[in-house]
Amino acid sequence: MSESTTAQLPLGLAAVAADFADTPREMRLELLLEYADRLKPLPEKYAAEITLMERVEECQSPLYAIAEISDGTVQVHATAPQESPTTRAFASIMQLGLSGLTPEQVLAVPAAAPLQLGITDLVSPLRMRGATALLARIQRQVRGKLEPTSR
Amino acid sequence: MSKVTFDPNPKFQEYAVPAALVSTEWLAANLNTSGLVVVESDEDTLLYESGHIPGSVKVDWHTDLNDPVTRDYVDPEGFAALMTRKGISRETTVVFYGDKSNWWAAYALWVFRLFGHEDVRLLDGGRQKWEAEGRSMTKEVPAAAAAAAAAAATSYPVSPRNDTKLRAYREQVLEHLNKKGSMVDVRSPQEFSGELTHMPDYPQEGALRGGHIPGAKSVPWKRAANDDGTFKGVADLRAIYEGEKGLSPSDDVIAYCRIGERSSHTWFVLTYLLGFKNVRNYDGSWTEWGNAVRLPIAVGAE
Repeated sequence: MSESTTAQLPLGLAAVAADFADTPREMRLELLLEYADRLKPLPEKYAAEITLMERVEECQSPLYAIAEISDGTVQVHATAPQESPTTRAFASIMQLGLSGLTPEQVLAVPAAAPLQLGITDLVSPLRMRGATALLARIQRQVRGKLEPTSR
Repeated sequence: MSKVTFDPNPKFQEYAVPAALVSTEWLAANLNTSGLVVVESDEDTLLYESGHIPGSVKVDWHTDLNDPVTRDYVDPEGFAALMTRKGISRETTVVFYGDKSNWWAAYALWVFRLFGHEDVRLLDGGRQKWEAEGRSMTKEVPAAAAAAAAAAATSYPVSPRNDTKLRAYREQVLEHLNKKGSMVDVRSPQEFSGELTHMPDYPQEGALRGGHIPGAKSVPWKRAANDDGTFKGVADLRAIYEGEKGLSPSDDVIAYCRIGERSSHTWFVLTYLLGFKNVRNYDGSWTEWGNAVRLPIAVGAE
């Protein structure tokens, strides 16, 4: 991974990448689990009606995510079952890494960002595809909300 | 022969190989038995870290059992090194369990059998049942296992991988097809018909063509499992595979799915529960067949 590609990551995701890079290989799954545990509970309206969110079909487990824009910043909400901690970890990392950014900053995140976090050797390629799909769907939602007529 | 006793549970006695299963009760009572190692193998690689059966070790299909470069399993040296790291000797009784009705646990068990590991058993109901019963779980990783193994000098012997009896390659499947041999497609009905090239709700796995291998019978793997993750009784299983699909225990059978994991579950059912003598798992499965040039494909529900 070259410096120039990681340099494109927003601060939050760069911090996640640094976190994994600073963690010995054998401890990285524990770190991923810590991220899974940091996934925030859903706001009430989404908890009550999960279909208000978008299903990330590419993911191996039922993962729902929604990006909201308020006061010029993006907030990511997401949920996945307890028995799917890897999926929860991806959701949590995107939530931590993207929430609070401006829509433009979210759209500027490289599509391959999940592959730059230092977790590709921990999980199967199929799993990584779920993570990149999550990012793509969040970006598409943000784009749609910015230009609601041009989707 | 194993020094670890078998589970006398009456349910298992009706199966062809009663010793191939243990119940959650039996395992809870035998956790500290010497010569027994419990292996967790899951679809979700973080589940073990989130909590596991006390004393169990983790074997990950992707990082432990697959070769990192070629689409194949680890070589004999790699397997022996893995076993030694996990505190498993050639004589160890290995009890596998995992998520999703033991689908990946059965896959790991099948790979162990490729290397000829003798005493392999599956926890009936897997992780789901153990958790549902509120049995103890821990995050503690038994670092002692490997150390103890090293201390006892029980390093695992480098054992050849026998790919002829339990594993089928593409060419052999084609040969089998031409001989009109029995085949079981364990994917979902939509994958079988060709409507989808991946499981419902699952990601596209990169197969260019949909459908099934001509002549294969459709028996989604999960039909062999109850809702609590345990295996169905022998009468129900016979009704499905023999009654409904017309397979016979003397048949030479090849099972396949998408990458060979779900079909390991069916391989286990046919081999250990129903006593079929010749069952091979085609691990190339649909991701190979559905991409290969000029291999015959059938579409539709039959």
